[in-house]
Amino acid sequence: MAEPLKDLLRGKPVFVNVGVREFGDTLHAAGYEVVHVDWSPPAGGNAEMAALLDDLL
Amino acid sequence: MIRITVIRKNRYFDSVFLMQVARRIAGQPGVNDASALLATDANKKVLTELGYGQGGQDADFAAAGPNDLVLALEGEEAAIRTVAADPEAWLRRSTAASAATEAPRDPRSIREAVEARPDSNVAVISVPGEYAAREARAALDQGLNVFLFSSNVSVEDELSLKRAARDRGLVVMGPDCGTAFLCGAGIGFANAVRRGPIGIVGSSGTGMQEFSCLVHAAGSGISHAIGTGSRDLSDAIGGISTLTAIDALETDPGTSVIAILSKPPGESATRKLMQRLARCDKPVVLCLFGAAAMPAETGNLLTASVIDDAVEMALQKTGLGGSVMPRPSREALRAQAAAEVARMRPAQRHVRGLFAGGTFCYQSQAIFRRAGLVVYSNSPIHGMKELADPRASLESSFVDMGAEIFVEGRPHPMIDASLRRKRLAEEGQDPSVALVLLDFILGAISSRDPVGDLVPAIHAVRESARRRGDHVTVVGSVCGTDADAQGLEAQMGALADAGVLVFPSNAQAAAFCREAALLLAARKEVR
Repeated sequence: MAEPLKDLLRGKPVFVNVGVREFGDTLHAAGYEVVHVDWSPPAGGNAEMAALLDDLL
Repeated sequence: MIRITVIRKNRYFDSVFLMQVARRIAGQPGVNDASALLATDANKKVLTELGYGQGGQDADFAAAGPNDLVLALEGEEAAIRTVAADPEAWLRRSTAASAATEAPRDPRSIREAVEARPDSNVAVISVPGEYAAREARAALDQGLNVFLFSSNVSVEDELSLKRAARDRGLVVMGPDCGTAFLCGAGIGFANAVRRGPIGIVGSSGTGMQEFSCLVHAAGSGISHAIGTGSRDLSDAIGGISTLTAIDALETDPGTSVIAILSKPPGESATRKLMQRLARCDKPVVLCLFGAAAMPAETGNLLTASVIDDAVEMALQKTGLGGSVMPRPSREALRAQAAAEVARMRPAQRHVRGLFAGGTFCYQSQAIFRRAGLVVYSNSPIHGMKELADPRASLESSFVDMGAEIFVEGRPHPMIDASLRRKRLAEEGQDPSVALVLLDFILGAISSRDPVGDLVPAIHAVRESARRRGDHVTVVGSVCGTDADAQGLEAQMGALADAGVLVFPSNAQAAAFCREAALLLAARKEVR
């Protein structure tokens, strides 16, 4: 079986940050690689519509 | 002076950014007060209590919903009208704030992000709860481990995410995961601690922080700290992330001792956990806050109910020693408490704990319960009384100010002290209050000055007590290290300067309050 968590603990984390920007900025300032996702609520903030779209895609 | 609201429909910003916007606006000449919040029901209620949205002119405010942004502004008319005329000017991020990326345009989804960085391996997710499971699923689909800061995720979603992660050798840290420390990288509310031989698996964020900081203070360090989310060891979830994390730390060559920090697990989750620990190759310290009964210890398994004890045990098991902090005897605490209680008037009977850290609220109750003392809490442990309205204390009350009711649509009290400051001022008006117990939590994401945020309110509490002829004792502890940006020593010094009795851990501060509460109760009986 793949062991991506164990590999992570032996290696170096590379982060994808989704949401509060400071979380990513803090990691970046500490010398870690961070890709920030420019996130906004899907389907204009309609969670139900977003779930329907997820099912379709 | 005027007080108005400005609504921007369908504009999402994260709550930390909005707090910074509010602070910048509030710093303008002529502006007395400014808030920038998503128009959730909870935020609208707070603003209404502050006098916003009154009168017919605020129909937009009444109609605003959780996807809309509300700017609430109070001050001189000219200054307020200037801000309100161009709200977008205040909502632009500075280029410095975008330092995390060099790309011309940030990816719009996790999939795009992984296309840009195929070696990504951890997603840090802090979107509003209703969207959090969706993003976590997308991260797992891309082969990423998940740190899920968001709360308000259903048990069903949590279970399905964790099962999916387990099938792929990944871990979901969360939901409601405050902190993690992976390969030296502090995620979320993490402190600057050195690396070392102790690995942590924890369902309680501030518990992991305090444990790490006390280990650091003793000269040792942390290999990794893997958060699991507060419900992981419930029977519904069955400890999926906890078990995955134990597997990973057991094979990690940098970890020689594993500490597990949690609220008491469910019955079947306890069985699973104990079966797993029975065949763990490495020594384990199991710290269960507020547990009524502890599992039996074995040669390789030690148990504790207080963080300070767990730290001592873990340090012993590393075999490297380390200078554990001095711990005053119960007699010494009682004598110190007696000197404070002697200055209090008979009507002063109650302890009020206002906690930024949920674990500290929990641990303090456990320390009181062991002495037979009962308090109210919005997060009661077994044997304590439920505080029906978390916004109003009753008798002795311990309030978790990081509970969902206080953080929906606004930053956590470790970042934004405004609700705790307001609450502290309210407690100061109550002549039945004898002691106030506070925690202060340092770290990269925390407020720049957690102590300074509350010092004016602490002075106000002591001053209003003095005017009544009362003496209120304010007790506090600071969770942090000498390497945190705020500086442990500076923060403890500022607290002491404000007349606060400062202890090196929450357990010690709570134990002091317990001794005072016992003396207050005895005094009542004598009368």
